[in-house]
Amino acid sequence: MAVVFDKPKSLTDNVLHYCPGCTHGIVHRLVAEVIDELGIEGRTIGIAPVGCSVMAYDYFTVDMVEAAHGRAPAVATGVKRSDPSKIVFTYQGDGDLASIGMCETVHSAVRGENITIIFINNAIYGMTGGQMAPTSLPGQVTQTSPYGRNTETQGFPIRVCELLSELDGPAYLERVTVNNVKNVRNAKKAIKKAFQNQIDGKGFSLVEVLSSCPTNWGMTPQKALEWIDEKMIPYYPLGVYRDKDGENNG
Amino acid sequence: MQEKVLMKGNEALAEAAILAGCRHYFGYPITPQTEVAAYMSKKMPKIGGVFLQAESEIAAINMVYGVAATGKRAMTSSSSPGIALKCEGISYLAGSDLPALIVNVQRGGPGLGGIQPSQSDYFLATRGPGHGDFHVIVLAPASVQEMADMTLKGFELADKYRMPCMLLADGTMGQMMEPVVLPDPVELDNTPKDWAVTGTECKREHHIVNSLYLAPKKLEDVNLERYERYKKIEEEECLWEEFMMEDAEICIVSCGITARVSRNAILEARKQGIKVGMIRPITLWPFPKKPLLAAADKVKSFISVELNMGQMKEDVELAIRCKKPVYGCTRVGGMITTVDDILASIKEAEKGEE
Ligand SMILES: Cc1ncc(C[n+]2csc(CCOP(=O)(O)OP(=O)(O)O)c2C)c(N)n1
Ligand code: SF4
Repeated sequence: MAVVFDKPKSLTDNVLHYCPGCTHGIVHRLVAEVIDELGIEGRTIGIAPVGCSVMAYDYFTVDMVEAAHGRAPAVATGVKRSDPSKIVFTYQGDGDLASIGMCETVHSAVRGENITIIFINNAIYGMTGGQMAPTSLPGQVTQTSPYGRNTETQGFPIRVCELLSELDGPAYLERVTVNNVKNVRNAKKAIKKAFQNQIDGKGFSLVEVLSSCPTNWGMTPQKALEWIDEKMIPYYPLGVYRDKDGENNG
Repeated sequence: MQEKVLMKGNEALAEAAILAGCRHYFGYPITPQTEVAAYMSKKMPKIGGVFLQAESEIAAINMVYGVAATGKRAMTSSSSPGIALKCEGISYLAGSDLPALIVNVQRGGPGLGGIQPSQSDYFLATRGPGHGDFHVIVLAPASVQEMADMTLKGFELADKYRMPCMLLADGTMGQMMEPVVLPDPVELDNTPKDWAVTGTECKREHHIVNSLYLAPKKLEDVNLERYERYKKIEEEECLWEEFMMEDAEICIVSCGITARVSRNAILEARKQGIKVGMIRPITLWPFPKKPLLAAADKVKSFISVELNMGQMKEDVELAIRCKKPVYGCTRVGGMITTVDDILASIKEAEKGEE
């Protein structure tokens, strides 16, 4: 009998703690599938962030390091510089990567550090219960923007791929999402390329994944996936923002 | 054994780190320790090592954390304001049981303070520099020779107990030049540590370097285990030096540059017929309580000589269980205690004035 569904080798048997309908789980699976397909499980080291995915260290079968809030790119730099033959990735939320860790993010990109960053943009602080993130949309209601994000006093959302695309350092920047089958396939292609780039020594590769947080957005999982199409993609256009290979430059 | 050479303290410590097998240095410029970074930036590329000027002290300590997680020797150096920024990372190193060497060539504070020598990070270093219950081993060199020796010792202790170690020097130690015999290169055992992240090679369970324990009992247990280790360190690793203590009636307690000045003050006081000696703590954590407590039965009083407002004095009082008066002789702001300052305190102690 043909196997139509199997768990990637690079995922442990632990039950994911993510809320029902949260897309963190899908992205975990994509990362694990890519690690399997590239045959790099034995030499990959992952860096977990502080955020809902803090326990990513329990979900991947590869060696894992838990970093302080926002510091994953610096920790990844240390791990990679210790042994450049290892494949080093970070998995970070938007509060982690674009707020407290912005400095580490930008400078690892500036250095063209040969690492892979999987960046989950869910426009909210999930783990701490739904506060405003640097990526929260104008007018978005959160626990700390109860009247909607007021751009006059709370500023504007950060578009990380566009921001980093101003730098010479990055090799590859792409924004994807996982809200339907087609988009999931695209996301996997992007994640695979971001790992392949590292194997090929091409340098800093970041994939931004527009992700859902039904719990803190106060929506059903289905509605949350639609909200990505309706609200997030218009502000955060999908596409390739840097590709040093020259292909797909959009 | 290596030959005697004339070196600056900061350079001696940098070279000693390389001889200790450290091939990963991460730093951010700040006076008065910049020579360490300059030395490393010249040397590391030539010996296949890594020198990286980080974007901040926060990034530098987290890079150290990354290398330490792979089981290799790593270090960073800075001065007081930069060390304050590293505290987050030091706490994570301690919480994840990772060895690393952090050098603090102290300058005056608080705030931006000044750039002249100081010992005002005594509390910061000895009370666990960061959030949570933990300690780092703190070494206080008092010569360029000790800058080199303590660097080696620091890496050894950090590895032995899987915890961060801080070399706490005052600016003078970093800047002054003295003859030094550098240590012989250390042969490191390169077999992968059974906790380090080196890639599973699909041959073992994955290793996780982590300080998060959401279950209270588990977190309590790891803290208790760590404190068992700390107890052993307090019993076995205290270092100190005694000077003219045999017949001393007054005991000076001092480390770093002020211990050097105190020596001269002691010789001067003895010429004037006052029997003064010194106990110089070399490890500030663990603090050498035993020799101080023993001295408390013999001397009339103690004088804590330090470049801060009397931070170590509290440890002296605790160590001797307040059995005898402890006088303070302090200068701050980058001012350095003079022989006259110390002689004045000796005379005050001699008279028994409060
Ligand atoms: C230094 C520090 N500040 C704040 C926190 C609290 N904290 C934990 S997770 C988090 C936000 C995480 O949000 P994000 O990175 O967007 O990830 P998500 O949970 O949405 O996946 C914060 C602020 C912390 N752990 N450490
Ligand atoms: S809080 Fe949001 S981001 Fe976190 S697990 Fe739940 S749905 Fe996912």
